Amino acid sequence: MSEAAASRDLPDLDTFREEIRRFLEAEAPPSLRGARGGELDGIWGGRKERWDDKPDRKRWLDVMAARGYTAPTWPREYGGAGLTPAHAKVLHQEMRRLELPPPLIGFGLTMIGPTLLQFGTEEQKRKHLPRIVRGEIRWCQGYSEPDAGSDLASLKTRAVREGDHFIVTGQKVWTSYGDQADWMFLLVRTNPEAKKQEGITFLLMDMDSPGVAVRPIKLISGSSPFCETYLDRVRVPVSNVVGRIDGGWTVAKALLGHERSMIADAFGTGGGRRARNEAETLAGFARRYLGEREGRLADPVLRDRLAQNEMDARVFELTLQRTRDAARAGQAPGPEASLFKLYGTELNQRRQELMVSIAGPAALGWEGPGFSEEELALTRNWLRSRGNTIEGGTSEIQLNIIAKRVLGLPD
Amino acid sequence: MQLVRTEDQELLAKTAADFVAEHSPLSRVRTLRDARDPIGYSPDLWRQMAELGWVGIPFPEELGGAGMGLSELAVVMEELGRVLAPEPFLSSVLLGGGAVMLAGTDEQKKAWIPEVAGGRTQLTLAWQEPGSRHHLQRVATRAEKEGGGYRLVGEKIQVLDGTSADALVVTARVSGADDDPAGIGLFLVRRDAPGLVAERQWRVDSRACARLELRDVRVAEEDVLGEPGAALPVLEEVVDRATVGLCAEMLGGLSEAFDRTLAYLKVREQFGVPIGSFQALKHRAARMFVERELSRSAVMAAAAAMDQGNPEARKLVSLAKARCSDAFVLIGNEAIQMHGGIGMTDEHDIGFFLKRARAAEMTFGDAAAHRDRWARLSGY
Ligand SMILES: Cc1cc2nc3c(=O)[nH]c(=O)nc-3n(C[C@H](O)[C@H](O)[C@H](O)COP(=O)(O)OP(=O)(O)OC[C@H]3O[C@@H](n4cnc5c(N)ncnc54)[C@H](O)[C@@H]3O)c2cc1C
Repeated sequence: MSEAAASRDLPDLDTFREEIRRFLEAEAPPSLRGARGGELDGIWGGRKERWDDKPDRKRWLDVMAARGYTAPTWPREYGGAGLTPAHAKVLHQEMRRLELPPPLIGFGLTMIGPTLLQFGTEEQKRKHLPRIVRGEIRWCQGYSEPDAGSDLASLKTRAVREGDHFIVTGQKVWTSYGDQADWMFLLVRTNPEAKKQEGITFLLMDMDSPGVAVRPIKLISGSSPFCETYLDRVRVPVSNVVGRIDGGWTVAKALLGHERSMIADAFGTGGGRRARNEAETLAGFARRYLGEREGRLADPVLRDRLAQNEMDARVFELTLQRTRDAARAGQAPGPEASLFKLYGTELNQRRQELMVSIAGPAALGWEGPGFSEEELALTRNWLRSRGNTIEGGTSEIQLNIIAKRVLGLPD
Repeated sequence: MQLVRTEDQELLAKTAADFVAEHSPLSRVRTLRDARDPIGYSPDLWRQMAELGWVGIPFPEELGGAGMGLSELAVVMEELGRVLAPEPFLSSVLLGGGAVMLAGTDEQKKAWIPEVAGGRTQLTLAWQEPGSRHHLQRVATRAEKEGGGYRLVGEKIQVLDGTSADALVVTARVSGADDDPAGIGLFLVRRDAPGLVAERQWRVDSRACARLELRDVRVAEEDVLGEPGAALPVLEEVVDRATVGLCAEMLGGLSEAFDRTLAYLKVREQFGVPIGSFQALKHRAARMFVERELSRSAVMAAAAAMDQGNPEARKLVSLAKARCSDAFVLIGNEAIQMHGGIGMTDEHDIGFFLKRARAAEMTFGDAAAHRDRWARLSGY
């Protein structure tokens, strides 16, 4: 939908800002103001979400979802708010002003939603998008397999057609939050004879279907966010194919683009965290561990690394902004999502490593005693960040894409 | 300085490698961790290592040791480092035992060293405090004179094997401000001393550490090591020797992480070929090889220089620690990256190397700290 069409019945930006302010003042639970944490520290929704201990988060989700503000730019007929990117920006600015957490996050909003908008049938959009907006269904991604990671197109999970259904058998791996998800979008092989990219189909599958088994796997950081998913003769209706049968690779790649921008965005604002006060900035953190001499951080080497990290983060934010501005001005986005994913994840790793260096021996904690909560989180965040350059396509693969598609270098 | 192993050292390395292959798989790290083992190592293996004579390597023969040097100890610690073996060479032999050797009277040495060298008594050194980082002179723990002895008050953290040690050499200040180089003393505190509270700490590398509280702990005159107030030079020497041992361990760890990654590059296939055929990975593997070779030279030189009392010894210790810290973290990171998704799982062993790399890096000063020391020792 063009911006003009979307904005036809929207107020101008100033009026809209006034409206949003009134709405947030009235509806945002006071307990959540100032609660804006990391971009990924949010509510994922879905049938398995536990609301008992967070009624305010539920209320916040419900009031936002009722207006479509969980997916502000999605069309109204699918539960979104039909906002232009400019209006959506105002909404985010006003939320940020009150330091409100995002009402909902997850792969529904960032990955499968945008993909369905582009490739889904009318029926698929009407069925799935509103439930994503309301946080009723949580999605997971079934791409990787034990032998198909970087070489995703070599995937082997088989789908054989029987009447109105595909019978799916195979194994997916590294399925983030597979044990928490209600639905999975996955890639299956429907034509083993064709060239490997041309025999793949993109499917939507209910995780409650008979034959689906999920085993959580622990990460080196100690948590268990990813899983092995076994599929044994799972029946998936043919109407759950997104795009064309055997034409799933195009859909898959488009979704990867969304995934990579999501990852990049998450690290585009200071390692996923926005400081609420001086003490929460990197400099504030460093000052606590290193002390000051004549108004400067006492350790000149770490001071240099800190400045470098902040400057890298700043120029990265500016580059993200430049792309967004170009998009708003109607210029088509280039293949820069690969640049963002590459740079954003490596930047986050450097930031985590810097924080470890700053904290020194205090960064070695696994559990108490003798380490603060903040220090324990630091250790685990650092370890978790090693996965950033692997998930969503490794850095090596991003570099290959840039070299080949952007720079036109020969294979 | 000969940077080549002697025949005896080669033999020692082979014995150690065979022992490790038979008794000490890498999986021990996981078993001890998951069992939340209170002491974090195997007393049985420690006894066997003592019987092989390894625990006594750097102590004189007349005190029950083998009368060998850091170079020999480094050979053993490298092999143990390959499998991240957690037995208390660093804490008991090099730190605690080293402090008694360098600061103790003949009587004290006679009382403690034969037991330590035989693996029957375990010592450690409690020097680190909250906020002290790697600075040995930052000591806030106080030692008040009381009769012929002292009374200690303070807190120590990440004391290696601090819950299993029979006695701890504690740094405490008899005078001066918290980071005054003068005024530091070394005091032997027995595990059952009234007022000593030791609490197990859980670190990312799952090595056993303790947080100590010293609440008016009394130290008798015969347990004061060296001259109270003048301990910093000795302490530095003890830690320098321990740093060489740690570097040897790191060399083993980074070599093993590299070998395992190299093997994976040859067997993991994507796009129909082994991933090791991609130049992007090939070249980085070659660079890791370069780092490993440079690390080995630095470790051998530091050990030899310490053994020979070479005037450049301290600089070479810093050279080794800076190099091994950077190389181990680099290889630890690359090992995970090149393993892809499976490298991020706890089920796979490769992640243990990065965890140990970080902890070892932060022990006795990271690369930046040692580059700073190199510059200071070089007069700029
Ligand atoms: C934390 C985390 C969460 C994840 N979540 C999900 C998820 O929800 N759903 C999902 O489907 N997948 C998920 N993944 C999987 C991820 O997409 C894959 O791990 C990734 O694509 C790499 O595949 P692989 O693990 O098989 O590694 P491999 O492809 O085997 O790669 C091993 C190494 O070889 C390198 N390599 C491979 N090919 C080349 C080449 N041509 N040139 C140079 N180097 C190369 C890689 O870069 C890597 O360093 C997740 C992974 C992680 C770490």
